[in-house]
Amino acid sequence: MAHQSNYNPSNGFTKWMDERLPIIRLGYDSFVEFPNPRNLNYWWTFGAVLAVALIWQIVTGIVLAMHYTPTVEGAYASIEHIMRDVNYGWFLRYGHANGGAMFFLAVYIHMFRGLYYGSYKAPREVLWILGMLIYFLMMATGFLGYVLPWGQMSFWAATVITNFFDAIPWVGGSIKTLLLGGPAVAEPTLNRFYSLHYLLPFIIVGVVILHIWALHIPGSANPTGIEKKGPQDTLPFHPYFTVKDLFAVAVFATFFAWFLYFQPNAMGHPDNYIEANPLQTPPHIVPEWYYLPFYAILRSITFDIFFLKAQLLGVIAMFGSIVILFFLPWLDRSKVRSMRYRPVMRFFFILFVLDCFILGWVGANSPDVTVLGIEAKNIGLFSTFYYFAFFMIIMPVVGMMETPKPLPEGIHESVLARSGKGASKHADGDA
Amino acid sequence: MAETHAHATEAGDDTTRRDILYIGTATFAAVGLARGVVWPLIHQMNPAENVKALASIEVDISQIPVGQQIKILWQGKAVFVRHRTANDIAKARADDTAADLKDTSNRPTDAERVVDDKGTSRPEILVLLGVCTHLGCVPLADRGDYDGWFCPCHGSHYDTAGRIRKGPAPANLVIPPYEFIEEFKIKIG
Ligand code: HEM
Ligand code: FES
Repeated sequence: MAHQSNYNPSNGFTKWMDERLPIIRLGYDSFVEFPNPRNLNYWWTFGAVLAVALIWQIVTGIVLAMHYTPTVEGAYASIEHIMRDVNYGWFLRYGHANGGAMFFLAVYIHMFRGLYYGSYKAPREVLWILGMLIYFLMMATGFLGYVLPWGQMSFWAATVITNFFDAIPWVGGSIKTLLLGGPAVAEPTLNRFYSLHYLLPFIIVGVVILHIWALHIPGSANPTGIEKKGPQDTLPFHPYFTVKDLFAVAVFATFFAWFLYFQPNAMGHPDNYIEANPLQTPPHIVPEWYYLPFYAILRSITFDIFFLKAQLLGVIAMFGSIVILFFLPWLDRSKVRSMRYRPVMRFFFILFVLDCFILGWVGANSPDVTVLGIEAKNIGLFSTFYYFAFFMIIMPVVGMMETPKPLPEGIHESVLARSGKGASKHADGDA
Repeated sequence: MAETHAHATEAGDDTTRRDILYIGTATFAAVGLARGVVWPLIHQMNPAENVKALASIEVDISQIPVGQQIKILWQGKAVFVRHRTANDIAKARADDTAADLKDTSNRPTDAERVVDDKGTSRPEILVLLGVCTHLGCVPLADRGDYDGWFCPCHGSHYDTAGRIRKGPAPANLVIPPYEFIEEFKIKIG
């Protein structure tokens, strides 16, 4: 850990343990005494929400696996069996399906937080990249899981997504066959997807551990974006942040419970309650809401550029829109982290958030729906353009040109100034 | 001077020989591991023998009314066998040189699209893989701007010969390997 350890084993057992496996020390240093910036706001509680969500998905997933059958004959029936016969089966399945969506909601808030407050900048580049890796693994896990109920949406999602690989020149076809285990989506596909859906969450746990390790080297960033300078800027993790995090988890869990108990199918598609049929594609296929912006980017490219076919370009744009996030630390040229002090960048950031919502809307609708006389596919193309321009043009250029607002002296001063007490009155008796 | 020189060469020689041994051993081990362990772990994911064995099926086409199609599952994919009307055929042939034919490399003329593997031509019987060349959905019959097929997933339009005319799909619907084995029976695959 990056800070001095102040742990003092107090009894015989903890002393004995500390000399053999200092795991209690690790827990104490990381989650009890760890000095966090005192000005963290509620956007910083989503890390804890995510940790709980991951555990929830693993626990509900493991018990679902006790009742689920990964065969073409049995999969759909076993889901119905879980829903109708298994004690609390409805709770487990709705909990897992809606839990997946909540997990994504939390990760998007967590990522936009990082974007706004510049958390990806030095010295937190590796931390950011590990986070992106987790996000990527989550997307893969969510997709693999969605195939398991073997409804119409499951089947056709699997077909469309594995066909992305076909667009890759020369090797694409072989990669696709390797993923499917045959000429089309069928039993071998379902079996391997089940195996991988079980595996990936545990890989995510591994990367999360690295993510937290990387976090604890410099410690959390904060809304001012300036580094902590001394004890006046920090508070110990426990009880200040354990309590704050728990409170946020409780509020988030209440929101989740509303879906789980009152609207368990609101985020799903009715077509997934029809068993998979390889001879019939549902009239309107759309992914789960958390993939919609990327789906819109995929569909926005409908023209060839030189020898590159539209189909391949769409796939490149879609993967590119995720890959580009890995390079954020080097695309942003500004030395100031927090957009609180970057009015120009802040304006473009707000547009970017809107752009993501618009892309989501485009992804959910048919390409030839019109709004104010503009076709959805043109809105999609323009929003895709802004998505890339934000990272590749606006971020580097604004970073170099913009004059940021004056930064506060330090975290402590900023807190006092914000609470109207003035930076001069130091002795407040707290902390 | 001479002595030092000799010594240096000797040491150099020694190092080089050893390096070759190391590199040789490492290469041998790497190739062995790749071929003996890594490849089996990858190749197990490729189609198994029983999957590959289900390669061909025979289909009775005597019951398809004119102007309609049947859908059959072949290798896990939909296959369309369409009994075309004279109008369907005339329309397709009139469009043989249309400017919006995007895919001119994959059996572009209607006449080429109705020949089986042995060269028998039956313009009224059109056999197609019912797999959209965009991302694999099953197109719907008698829809779209060209009265052929329309793919609901991302809006590709195919004409009455199964050729791509509009939308994101890059290629014409694929004609699977097939042949007439009796007047009203075809073998696919
Ligand atoms: C990263 C964590 C995870 C995510 C995001 C996730 C996501 C999903 C999703 C979206 C579904 C489809 C739900 C539906 O529509 O019915 C699903 C199904 C399933 N998952 Fe997971 N999952 C995760 C972890 C796990 C784990 C660790 C296991 C098992 C050990 C598991 C086992 C299952 C099973 C058996 C199903 C099929 C039953 C069902 O559809 O409800 N999941 N998962
Ligand atoms: S799969 Fe047919 S248009 Fe995309």
